[in-house]
Amino acid sequence: MPGMAKPPPPPALTHQLADPIPIPPPKPFQPRLRHPSSRKTIYDRNLSRTQTTPTSLPAFAYLFHALITHHHSLSGSVSDIETRLNRAGYPLGIKLLDLLLYRQQTASQRPATRPTRIVELLQFIHTTLWRALWGRTADALEQSTTKRNEYMIVDNEPVVNTYISIPREMSQLNCAAFVAGIVEGVCDAAGFGMEGVTAHWASAQGEAKGEGKEVEEMWPGKTIFLLRFSEEAVGREEAIKANGG
Amino acid sequence: MSYHLSIIGTLDNPLFELSFGSSKQGGDGVAKFRPEALYMNQFLVHAALDLVEEVQWVSKDLYLKRIDSHQNNHIHCFLTGGNVKFMLLMNPDPQATTYSAYPTTPASRPGTQAGGRQSGGATGTTGAGGMLAANPTSQGTEEAVRAFMNEVYETWLKCIMNPFYTANQVVTSPVFRSRVLAAGRKYL
Repeated sequence: MPGMAKPPPPPALTHQLADPIPIPPPKPFQPRLRHPSSRKTIYDRNLSRTQTTPTSLPAFAYLFHALITHHHSLSGSVSDIETRLNRAGYPLGIKLLDLLLYRQQTASQRPATRPTRIVELLQFIHTTLWRALWGRTADALEQSTTKRNEYMIVDNEPVVNTYISIPREMSQLNCAAFVAGIVEGVCDAAGFGMEGVTAHWASAQGEAKGEGKEVEEMWPGKTIFLLRFSEEAVGREEAIKANGG
Repeated sequence: MSYHLSIIGTLDNPLFELSFGSSKQGGDGVAKFRPEALYMNQFLVHAALDLVEEVQWVSKDLYLKRIDSHQNNHIHCFLTGGNVKFMLLMNPDPQATTYSAYPTTPASRPGTQAGGRQSGGATGTTGAGGMLAANPTSQGTEEAVRAFMNEVYETWLKCIMNPFYTANQVVTSPVFRSRVLAAGRKYL
């Protein structure tokens, strides 16, 4: 380009650099692990909740909304979004199981017990997990009459759906699929293989007859989590029962 | 008295391994295993995983106590809620443990008679962990290992609560390692 000077020839080895700013000496090697200025790592934090101020619901709702929007932009179909939300919640379940077992142990001074039977695991999810997440237990726990390996947990008003409104063309989508992912993580980590945990709306026209209809209208956001255990988990359960439990 | 702690993930993959020695009774905290132990320890621990799976569905406890012994090695196991196993292999006399049926080379370091050996008139009671090497199958040993496992469990929980830690990932944190070493020094 006109007006631009030719770049200066590279300096010879004996040439003094005339930079006004001297190059700083090389920094000593620093290990990759960085500590915050208070020298506290994650290993210094307390596992039990010391104060009971609840986490902010608007903050969670904002984050959840951003998560759904992100997944919605990547894929359009309802089942795809539900699968993605499910996979997003899965690692949470794995960590929550251990953490809640530990907190049970510190709170009651008795050593913690792992759930080894399906019923115990479901009780654990129904009470401890739900209480840890939302401060209340789930509303119902049922076993399917038609299939041996299906169980249902009912939540009348999932907290995650509070600020989510679904457009009519995607009315099948239930964002509690995120919670279903957490539940699936808990079950898998406990050693019970799952075929899947899905979240469904308890639609009024589906199951309600008579006074059931009013109940459904009272809780329009009622969600049923369907837990389907794998064949080997059910088989193992039967074997334990046969051996006298 | 030498120890080898391995943390095995849900896919039977090792996530963390550490060898250390006893710090009680003048031990210097350094493991004194023979060179074969480098791979034999892993082999023994892996073989013991089968026994863990047998006991897993029968017992509801997290701490499964001593599940296996081979020659001089005893293996204790602690099972977390997420099906991760902490296996502690302890060997009261590592130099005398020959892994093969044939006598191999003699102990390479004959001078290491210190450590957790029960000789030397340490008659004073040094608490539950004092005489671990003397009777590795006693109740006192179990209690000491149980306390150690609980400490490692707490540190492990803090490690997995890291949101960037995915399941079955190898643990590389130096802080975790130093915490486990400190727990080993305290209890074993």
